[in-house]
Formats: sequence, C-alpha cells, structure tokens
Amino acid sequence: MKMFEYMGKELFAKFGIPTPKGRMAKTPEEAEKIAAEIGGPCVVKSQVLSGKRGKAGGIKFPNTPEEAKKAAEEVLGMTIQGLPVECVLVEEKLKIDKELYMSITVDGSAKQAVMIASAYGGMEIEAQPEEFIIKRHIDPELGMHPFFAREIVRRMGVGLRTPHGKEMVNIIQTLYKICKEKDAELVEINPLVFSDDRVIAADSKVTIDEDAMFRMKDLPFVEDKSPAERAAANLGLSFVDLDGDIAVMANGAGITMGTLDTLQAFGGTPRNFLDCGGGTGREATAKALDILLGLEPKGLFINIFGGITRCDDVANAFKDVYEARSGFPVPVVIRLVGTNQDAGREILGTIGVEAFDFMEDAARRIIELAK
Amino acid sequence: MAIIIDENTNVLVMGITGRQASFHTKQMLAYGTKIVAGCTPGKGGQEVEGVPVYNTVREACEKHRIDASVIFVPAPGTKDAALENMEAGVKTVVIVTEGVPVYDEIDIVAYARRKGAYVLGPNTFGIVSGGKCKMGIPPNQYFIEGDIGVVARSGTLTYEIVGNLTANGLGQSTVVGMGGDRAVGLTFVDVLKMFEKDAQTKAVVLIGEIGGNNEEIAAEYIKEMTKPVVAFIAGKSAPPGKRMGHAGAIIERGKGTYQGKVDALTAAGAKVAPLPFEVPALIKEALGRE
Repeated sequence: MKMFEYMGKELFAKFGIPTPKGRMAKTPEEAEKIAAEIGGPCVVKSQVLSGKRGKAGGIKFPNTPEEAKKAAEEVLGMTIQGLPVECVLVEEKLKIDKELYMSITVDGSAKQAVMIASAYGGMEIEAQPEEFIIKRHIDPELGMHPFFAREIVRRMGVGLRTPHGKEMVNIIQTLYKICKEKDAELVEINPLVFSDDRVIAADSKVTIDEDAMFRMKDLPFVEDKSPAERAAANLGLSFVDLDGDIAVMANGAGITMGTLDTLQAFGGTPRNFLDCGGGTGREATAKALDILLGLEPKGLFINIFGGITRCDDVANAFKDVYEARSGFPVPVVIRLVGTNQDAGREILGTIGVEAFDFMEDAARRIIELAK
Repeated sequence: MAIIIDENTNVLVMGITGRQASFHTKQMLAYGTKIVAGCTPGKGGQEVEGVPVYNTVREACEKHRIDASVIFVPAPGTKDAALENMEAGVKTVVIVTEGVPVYDEIDIVAYARRKGAYVLGPNTFGIVSGGKCKMGIPPNQYFIEGDIGVVARSGTLTYEIVGNLTANGLGQSTVVGMGGDRAVGLTFVDVLKMFEKDAQTKAVVLIGEIGGNNEEIAAEYIKEMTKPVVAFIAGKSAPPGKRMGHAGAIIERGKGTYQGKVDALTAAGAKVAPLPFEVPALIKEALGRE
C-alpha cells in the first residue's frame, strides 16, 4: 500500500527524521491558516500517488497566506495522471543548499533489504551513472548498526563530524527501523536536503507490505486500486485491467499469465488478469465471476488446473452464477482439470456445460466464440 | 535418486489439523508420502488421517526422525512455524502459505542459510519426486516417475506443463516449486545444480516468469550444464509496470522483461517454448526421443 507524501512525512516525524514545518490541508482556508502559522514563503504540494507532480503544475510556491489559499484552490480539484487531488501539503519553503538521495527497499534476489544512497538526489536520480549510486545490503541477522550508517555517509562524501553527517547517520538507522516496525517494502527520501546546518526530508515515498497489513492496525488506509481491482482485492484476489475483450479467470498468477499469453498468441485479446487461486472458495469465486461479467466482455474464459483450488468449488460457483442470471450473457468456455475434477464436471453437467481438458483447445474455442 | 525428497523421506505436516492441511495430508498419503507426524500447538494427542499430532516440533522429533516439514499454517504464524522446524533440526522446509510479510520471509531465509536448511517457498505448491514422495498441494494424478527435472516459480502453471509432459509419456524425477514470493529460499541455480548431479534426471524444464532477475542468473549457470534445459517464461503479454499477482511478477524499470529473459536463456543454450504446451516437443527433441 502506497502512502501519500504527507503520511510518510508524519511517519518520519514520529520516528525522529526531520521534515519541513507544515501539514496537510483539505480546503484553501486550511491552507491559508497553515501558511500563516509558518510565516514566510511556502510550498503547496498536491497529494496524489504519482510522480511528476511538479511537471503537471501540482506544486506551487506562494509567498503569503493569501497566495497559499489561491494556490490550494488551483491545485485542489486538479487531476494528475488520472488521479484527483483531494488534499495538499502546505510546508515551509526550504533554502536548498544540496539535494541527496536515500532509500531502503527489498532486494528479492539477495533476499535482504538494500540501502541505496547518492550524494546527487532530486529529479535526476534515475539518470545518475552507476558510480554515483551506493548500494549496500543489510544482513537481517546482524541488523542495522551505527557503523553501517557511517560507512554510507562516508561514501556519500559527507564528513562524519559535521552536523550534516551526524544527522544522516541517525536518519539511515531510522529508515531501517521504519522498514522493520512498519513492514515498509520501500522508504525513500528524494530529495534529502541540506539547508544551512539542517538535514531535512523534503519528500517521502513509503510503501507498506500489503501482506503485513494484519499487524499494521494503526496506519491510515490509502486506496491505490481501481474499483474492479478493489472489488477483487476484497475477495483476496488479484486483478489487473487490460484493454482486450475476453475476460479471463484462472487459478495462480503463473497460469493466468500463461493463459493471457496463449490467448494473445492465438489472436485473442484479454480484458483482464484475474488470479482466483490459493484455494478460493465457492462464494468468492462466484463473486469474482460477477466482477468479470460486470466488465461486459465479449467472452469469458475460465482456465482452472486445480491443486489447492478444487474443481467442485469452481463448478458450484459457476453454476450459482449461471442460475442466478438464468444463463450467461456472453459465450463462456471453461477448462477444468485437477483436484476433484470428476465432481466438478458432474456439477457442470447438471446445467449442460462441458469442460475442456486442454488449455490450447479451450483458448481457440473462446476466441472463435467471442468474434 | 531424485533430488531433495524421495521414498525414504519422513515428513511432518505443520498445522495438520486445519482444513487445507488435513485435506492435503490425505492427498499426500495417497501419493505415497511417508507422513510420520503432524504438529498443531494445543492439539497434541489427536490423529489426522491416522497421523499422530504433536504440540511442538521438538516433541515430534523426540518420537520420530523428521527429514522434512510442509507448512500450512496461516501467514501470521508462518515465520514462527518455519523457525521452529529449522531450530529443531529439520533440514527441508516447504512453506505453502501465501501472503507472508516480506520481512518475515527475509528472516526465514537468513536462518535457513545459517542452519544449512533447504527452504521452498513461501507461496510454493511444494515438491514432488515422481512416484515417490509429494509435499504440498499439486494434484496427484499428473505427477509420474521419470527422468525430467522441473523447477518453477509458479504453481498452477507447473501443473499445466507437468500435465503436458505426463500426457506425452515424459515422467519426472523431481518437480520443485521455489515459491512465487519476493524473498524465497532455494533459487533456480541451487536446484539446477542438484539436477545436474542427479543420475535420474536427463533433462530439465525451467518455468519462469517476468520480473526480477532469477532467470537471467540461472542462464549464467545453464551455460555450464551438460544436461539440456527447456524453459517457458510466463508474462509475454503483460504490459510493463503492472503487477500480475505474484509479488515477483512485475517489470521494474525495463529489467526482468520477457525478451530479456528469453535472450539470456537462449544465449546460454536453453530452448525456450513460446507457449506452455510446446514444452514436451522441445524436451523430446533435446533428448532425441520420438
């Protein structure tokens, strides 16, 4: 789950990472009030889960509370990369002497967290050559220690006895603490700013591991999914919108991708990715079928190779939806093999539906029917 | 022969009294797996499908030799269960559970390294040594004994491809699921090395998917292998930047693309099947079989 910038900064502040003065506002009046409290030039930043806010005009630099109100009026109600701006962050405008970069993320290949840092942060971080990017893995058994942070700071070319160096050693250790305590799969500060003697997180990007939400009750909830994705996620399933016309349901991410690949190779176009694997029961499977039919596709392709998913559960769900709707509004092809296959086919037989044995044949058939 | 597990492997089922675990205990027993014990805290003394249940793994280890454990406990308790098994000396741990927090996975894998244990998963379908032993959840009837090694990130896609192999008379030495999550135990290279050494295995099928760089790293080792490798990579049609279910299956900044993986594998001498059901023909060709 991605967090808004202001939420990430609240988290930083709570853990002791310095952030600019200011806070979130939902109305121009609030923005004006916050700007008055700050006193002096401000930044009004649109809060959306997307980069490129500056280029889209979503970041303004008012000098007075009145200007801050006007800036907030303009930014609230904007749409940035399809996302409506519902709140802004009003902050002190920092005097920027230098921009740096710091993040911790999970490196799946190394099976460890990795610290990434650069003395050259800001907008162009992705364009920096490799030699300006410092990467060090964090041994999970050793954990984070001051020496690790000092080595990063040394390699960033910052003196360890300077106010900047001392603060950065703290910030690095704190970032890892946030990762572990809040199950963050990404914490990023870009830019980390030197402003006179201060070191300040001028931006925040925090992504919480969705698999850890069960133990993160105190975090605010952020909606970062489309309606169909959300409906599927509420059922514990993963769904991705695509732009074709054959709705697809399969069980398991790999076979779902394999199904999409096969449809495309045969000249069909998938409408979506929907993985209903992992032992999804009858009721959730039926609801997932409803989500797919709600997309108004030209055809529906169900490809099940039962392992932990049981063919009888899928067949019953299929039958439930079939009966509730008195038949399907579009052509449907179902391929059903694996665990409890015979029971599943018997259930389908009661509504006169025949299942395919092979994905290849089934894929060709649905493309033909959906034409 | 076969790798990691065989007909002599004594298996413990962690969380055996749960709905999924008891169902799959029955299936595993039907396949011929030697399940000697189960463990669910607080339910010691019961039996599931004739298998004695213990309160702790150490208690089970006092009564039986445990070579391998298969974990079915819910995600919040998975780290604890995996650590308990390794601490008790179990050398192979198969974690079926989905949705385990990534920092828990990192801790599990780190401890496995220290203890010299094999971890498959989290989020794996398990492992099957054809005709000998099955740990996990794949449907029994598609897994038969033979000389093809299979290693995969994804479960159902593996059933699909193994089903095709079996339908074409190609049995399997061992089918290994590494797990679909971000931080899993064994890697393609670990498993490929075992297949290269295993006398029963004559050719290997590698089933990968877009995202990450596991397949590219595997390609480096495939260059050194004497046994033929046939690969299938899922996600050719996936648009960049979209997460396709598996935590692993996301294309990051132009890395881990379908074409990049295919090129690396092809350059290493592997044959890449464009579609899943084209794997058996490539295997037969590589082995010179009709």
